[in-house]
Amino acid sequence: MTGTSLLRVTDLTIGVRRSKTDALILVDKANFEIAPGERFGIVGESGSGKSMTLRAIAGLLPKGVSVLSGTVEYNGRDLLAMPATQRRALMGPQIAMIFQEPMTALNPTMRVGEQIAEGARRRQHLTKTQAHQLAVTMMRRTGIPDAERRARAWPHELSGGLRQRVMIAMALADSPKVLLCDEPTTALDVTVQHQILKLLEQLCEQTGTALVFVTHDLAVVNQTCQRLAVMYAGKLVEQGPVSEVFTLPRHPYTKGLLGSAPDFDQPDRVLIPIPGFPPNLAARPAGCPFQPRCAFATEHCATVEPELEAVAPGRLVACFESARLEKEVA
Amino acid sequence: MNDAVLSVIGVRKEYAVGSGKTHGTLKALGGIDLNLNRGEILALVGESGSGKSTLAKILVGSLSATAGNVHVDSTPVTTNRDRATSRRIQMVFQDPYSSLNPRITVGGMLAELLKFHRVVPRNQIRAESIRLLNVVGLNEDALTAYPSQFSGGQRQRLAIARALAPRPEILIADEPVSALDVSVQATILELFSQLQRDLGISILFIAHNLSVVQHLSQRIAVMYLGRIVEVAETRELFANPKHPYTRALIDSIPRMSAGAVNDAFEVDGEPPSPINLPSGCRFSPRCKLATPACRSIDPALTAVGPNHAAACIKADQLEPYVFASRTTAATNGTPTTNTPTKEALR
Repeated sequence: MTGTSLLRVTDLTIGVRRSKTDALILVDKANFEIAPGERFGIVGESGSGKSMTLRAIAGLLPKGVSVLSGTVEYNGRDLLAMPATQRRALMGPQIAMIFQEPMTALNPTMRVGEQIAEGARRRQHLTKTQAHQLAVTMMRRTGIPDAERRARAWPHELSGGLRQRVMIAMALADSPKVLLCDEPTTALDVTVQHQILKLLEQLCEQTGTALVFVTHDLAVVNQTCQRLAVMYAGKLVEQGPVSEVFTLPRHPYTKGLLGSAPDFDQPDRVLIPIPGFPPNLAARPAGCPFQPRCAFATEHCATVEPELEAVAPGRLVACFESARLEKEVA
Repeated sequence: MNDAVLSVIGVRKEYAVGSGKTHGTLKALGGIDLNLNRGEILALVGESGSGKSTLAKILVGSLSATAGNVHVDSTPVTTNRDRATSRRIQMVFQDPYSSLNPRITVGGMLAELLKFHRVVPRNQIRAESIRLLNVVGLNEDALTAYPSQFSGGQRQRLAIARALAPRPEILIADEPVSALDVSVQATILELFSQLQRDLGISILFIAHNLSVVQHLSQRIAVMYLGRIVEVAETRELFANPKHPYTRALIDSIPRMSAGAVNDAFEVDGEPPSPINLPSGCRFSPRCKLATPACRSIDPALTAVGPNHAAACIKADQLEPYVFASRTTAATNGTPTTNTPTKEALR
């Protein structure tokens, strides 16, 4: 896939600096790349570092949290090394983001139509009427009924689903190449979630936009993404095509996640929780971070930390016992 | 037929909103009839704004109904409850981070309740607290700890222990797992099954996620815009949904295996405002099967089969639902395809 990737994240380490030499590591050497038009999912539980990874790509890390090492290359250029103004210019027309909370992500003092067209208007030097037209067109494309009138609405006048559509319209107004999504449907009801997921998929297909989709919901990833990465305690533990990872997980944590999540089509299956808790990031265990909860752990796992390695074409796993696991699952 | 421990009869809840010209009535609950049978787990599902939590609050007495009655063991209970009555119905809240007092130790929290409800003599309070913690899978060490020292899943266990302290017959759980991570969710769901099995508690389990309750409940009631639109045994509801909204809910669940999304039941838009309710069936503006009759008749919840009721005038025309993974095992004449055509539904 080298050469064809649109976005390449290499050894990305994110943390909170506590002193010159010491830092609390939130994301540890994340590596992945995304091809143009690809839909890539990042799954993990709360605190696994999935949102931080996404925010680092967008340059929106919270105060105090910073990228400690690694690169984020977009079209071969390192976003982290380029001057802030250049990076700023890429955000919007090239890389856009939508957030979990459509309630708080919109500006409450601006009509939604103006918000949608604001960025495009400035960059493409559109007149007010042209900008309004663009906003209405975008709102229509995201399936907002009565777009002409709704463009003049304030965010508080719209429901959660409509606000999320406005966010999508805003993000896609400049036809970006990459759309970063941070749990875009978690705050929505199931029937609305279904509509939004379908819409995202359709729009990305039409415009050739690549999707990076962060969520805790495995089923949502299954329905929207082609490839996924699983994160645990700040590490990428498994990566591969969605269909393969779901049928044949190679990491014990992925297997555990799949086993503990209810599957609507298998109502008789017993849910098996993963014993124990994720490690405290301030006091990481030595070796593999999942080893204290892992049924496959050996002494080796407690001392040496496994690296993400290719085990099959397109499949990457950070586990020493992956072969043994595979035998058991099969 | 069944022994109802909790009965809701014609409960309505309305709020006056606005003033002058904008004056209106927000109908949060529009006539709810529901029975919770002794020893069962009944799931109440619906989207946000459907009135699930309003009903829960009325049941525990923290909100009074505009009309209708709540009966416990055939005795009406009011909002102002004496100690003995309030003991019988206890509640577990959605967010274990905000529902526990951060300044009281776990031991203090349990002791307060045990004293107030005079559950055990004073000298046995410690022993009883430890017993409660053991029931929810925690140990004695928790007594001296504060809620902030526990993880989300453990906090939810504490909240359950607190609800169990007065030895209730009925537990109302308002979305108790939706704030938790998937791997923890399963342990809390198992705990609820255990309470039902070992203590014989009757549980009303409120959720918005159908795949969660599928594993847990014996019966399911589906709410839409302040009404119950369908009630059935869990298996029956999923195999044979008789309300288009239930079908739409089932079809919009994201799937772990190949999706069984059915366009015929896809819904557009979002629930209308409970201030301006549509005429006729409340679901008709979003329903793809709606006819002019649906816009004038407000269907009541009527029996459509044994232990199965639905509020839809076209209930008898809905095809059974076929599980994606069970298509081959499907029996009793159900079609083997998982996407019945629109024609078949008319």
